[in-house]
Amino acid sequence: MTAAHLPVLQVVAPLLAAPLCVMLRAPLAAWLLTCAVAVIAIVIAAILLFTVTAGDGAVLIYALGGWAAPWGIEYRVDIVGAFVLVIITGINLVAVLCGRASVMREIPAERVFLFYTGWLLCLTGMLGIAVSGDVFNVFVFLEIASLASCLLVSLGRDRRCLSAAFRYLLMGSVGATFILIVVGLLYQMTGTLNMADLAARLPPLAQSRTLQVAFAFLTVGVGLKAAVFPLHFWLPGAYAFAPSMAAVFLAGTSTKASVYILLRFFFSVMGAELSFDAMRLHWFLLPLALAGIFAASVAAIYQSDVKRLLAFSSVAQVGYMILGVATGSGAGLAAALVHLFNHALMKSALFFVVACMVLRVGGARLADLAGVGKRMPLTAAALVVSGLSLVGFPFTAGFISKWALLAAALDSHGWWLALLVLASSLLAVVYMWRVVEAVYCAPKTASAESQTVTEAPLPLLIGAWLLAAANVVFGLSTELSLGIAERAAVLLIGDAP
Amino acid sequence: MEHHKVLRVVTRLLTPLILLFALYVQFHGDFGPGGGFQAGVIFGAGVILFAIVFGMQRCMRALPPSLMRIIAGGGVLLYAGVGVAGILLGGNYLEYNMLGAGAIAGQHLGINLIEVGVGATVAAMMVCLFYCFAGGEVDGESQGEGGADG
Repeated sequence: MTAAHLPVLQVVAPLLAAPLCVMLRAPLAAWLLTCAVAVIAIVIAAILLFTVTAGDGAVLIYALGGWAAPWGIEYRVDIVGAFVLVIITGINLVAVLCGRASVMREIPAERVFLFYTGWLLCLTGMLGIAVSGDVFNVFVFLEIASLASCLLVSLGRDRRCLSAAFRYLLMGSVGATFILIVVGLLYQMTGTLNMADLAARLPPLAQSRTLQVAFAFLTVGVGLKAAVFPLHFWLPGAYAFAPSMAAVFLAGTSTKASVYILLRFFFSVMGAELSFDAMRLHWFLLPLALAGIFAASVAAIYQSDVKRLLAFSSVAQVGYMILGVATGSGAGLAAALVHLFNHALMKSALFFVVACMVLRVGGARLADLAGVGKRMPLTAAALVVSGLSLVGFPFTAGFISKWALLAAALDSHGWWLALLVLASSLLAVVYMWRVVEAVYCAPKTASAESQTVTEAPLPLLIGAWLLAAANVVFGLSTELSLGIAERAAVLLIGDAP
Repeated sequence: MEHHKVLRVVTRLLTPLILLFALYVQFHGDFGPGGGFQAGVIFGAGVILFAIVFGMQRCMRALPPSLMRIIAGGGVLLYAGVGVAGILLGGNYLEYNMLGAGAIAGQHLGINLIEVGVGATVAAMMVCLFYCFAGGEVDGESQGEGGADG
C-alpha cells in the first residue's frame, strides 16, 4: 500500500518538515526534525533503489493527483534517479546527524531554525529533481533547491557570504530562466511537458531551428547550475562563505543534481542520437570539460583558503563528469555517473574535515590550519584519506572513477585524452599536497598553538570518518557504485528512441 | 503621515474593501480567473498599504511577525497535508476525488483547500518581506525602529 507511494513520499517528507521547522523555531527541535527526515529519506531512497535494481530494472511510475501521464504530472523513478537519490540522501544523513556542533557554532541560535528550514527545502528540491518525470516540475524543484541554497549560503558568518549568495542568486536565476525558456520552447513544439512523451515526439523535429535554440539554452542554463567551466564563477564564493555544514551538503549534492538534469535532458528527453549525432554535443562539451579541468585545477593551486581551494577542485571534478558524458560512449557515461557518486563522497568528506578544523581554529585559510595535524591527528588523517581519494590513489573511490574515465577516454579518443586526464590528476596532487603540507608540516601558528585546539567533538569526528571510510569502502567494493552506474548508463543510452 | 488627511481617510475606507476583494479572488478562483496566489498578493498589498499609512507599529500589533510566520508555514502545511490526506483516504498524492462525498465535491474541496494554503502563505510572506525591508523584527533580531512610518 504505502510502497506504491514511496516516490512521492520521498519529496513530501522534507516538504512537510520545512514549514514545521519554521513554526517550531527551537534549534534543537529543528535539528531533531531534520534528523528524522534524513533517516526517512535515506530509507525510502534505499527501498526505491532496491526495487528498481531488482530484476532487469523496473521503472516506478506515480501519477500525482491520479491524473494519468501525458496530462498529469508524473513521477518516474528509474535506476539513474534512484542512484542520485541515494547519493543525496546519504550525504544529507551524515551531514545532518553528525554536523550539529558545527552548525550551532557558526549560526546564531535564533537563526538555526532558518538554516534547517533552508536545508530541508534544498533537500526537497534536489530529491524532487531526481524523481520528477515532468520537465516543468524539474524546473520548479531546481528553483526550490537553488533558492534554498542561497539562503544556506547567506547564513554564513562572514559578511562576504551575502555578496556570494547574491551572485549565486543572480547566476542561478539566469540559469533557471534559460531552463524555463527551454521548457517553453519544447512545450510550444510538442504540446507536452512529460519527459517520456517528449522523447517520443522530439526526434522528427531534429532539424527544426526551435529545437536547436532550445538545445543551446538548455546547455547554457544547466551548465550554469552545474558550474560547468566557464560558467562556474559563482561556485567558489558560494562554497567558501557558506556555513561549513552547508558547504558539505551543497558540495556533495547540488552540482550532482544539476549534472543529473543535464543527463536527463540530453539522454532521456532529447535522446542520445539527437544530442550527439544531430547537435554535435561532444564537439563543444569535450573542450569545455578539458579547459575546466585544467583551469580550475590550476586556480585551486593558487588559493589560500582551503574551502575555496576545494570549491575550485569541485569545478574541475564536474569537468571530469562532463568529459565522461562527452566521450559519447556507454563506458564514458558510466564513468561520469560513478564519478558523480564518488565525487560526492570525497568532496563531502573533505569539506567535513575542514568543518572540523574550522570549529577548532576558527578559519579555513591555509595559514590558520598550519600545524593542526599534531593537535587533531584523527581529523587530519581523515583529510589525508579523502585527499588521496580525490587525487585518485588506488584502493580509494577516486581511483575507481579515474580508472573508468581513463578506459572510456582510451576507447573513444585514444591515448592523448587519457594522458590529459592523467596530467590533470597530477594537478590535484599539487593542490591537495598544499593542504596536507599546511596541516602537517607547516610550523604551528599562534592559533594552532593554543590549548583550545584539540580533536574535534566526537559526532563531527564520526561524520568525517564515516565519509572518509566510505571512500575506501567504495574503492574496494564497486558493486554499488560502478555496478549501478553501468546499468544506469545502459538505461540512459538505451532510452534513445 | 499624520497631516495627510486624505490618504488616511481613503486608506481607512479602502483597506477593508481590498481585503474583501482578496477573499473574493481567493474563493471565486474555483469558477473564474483568480486563485490563491493572486488573492494572497492582493491581501498582502492591502496590509502593506495600511502599514505605510498608519505606521508599522500599529500594523505589527494587529499582525505580529510571529503570527505571520505561523500562517506562512501553515499554508504550506495545509497544501502538503491535503496531498497526504489523499494518500490516507486511499488515492494518490493530491488526489481530491475521495476528499468529499462524490468525486466532483471532492475536487472542489481539494482545490479550495489547496488555494487557501497558497493564499495564506503568499499573503503572510508579502507582509513578512515588507516587515523585513521596513526594518521590523521578523526572525528574532530587531533591526531598528519602523523606518516606514515616515
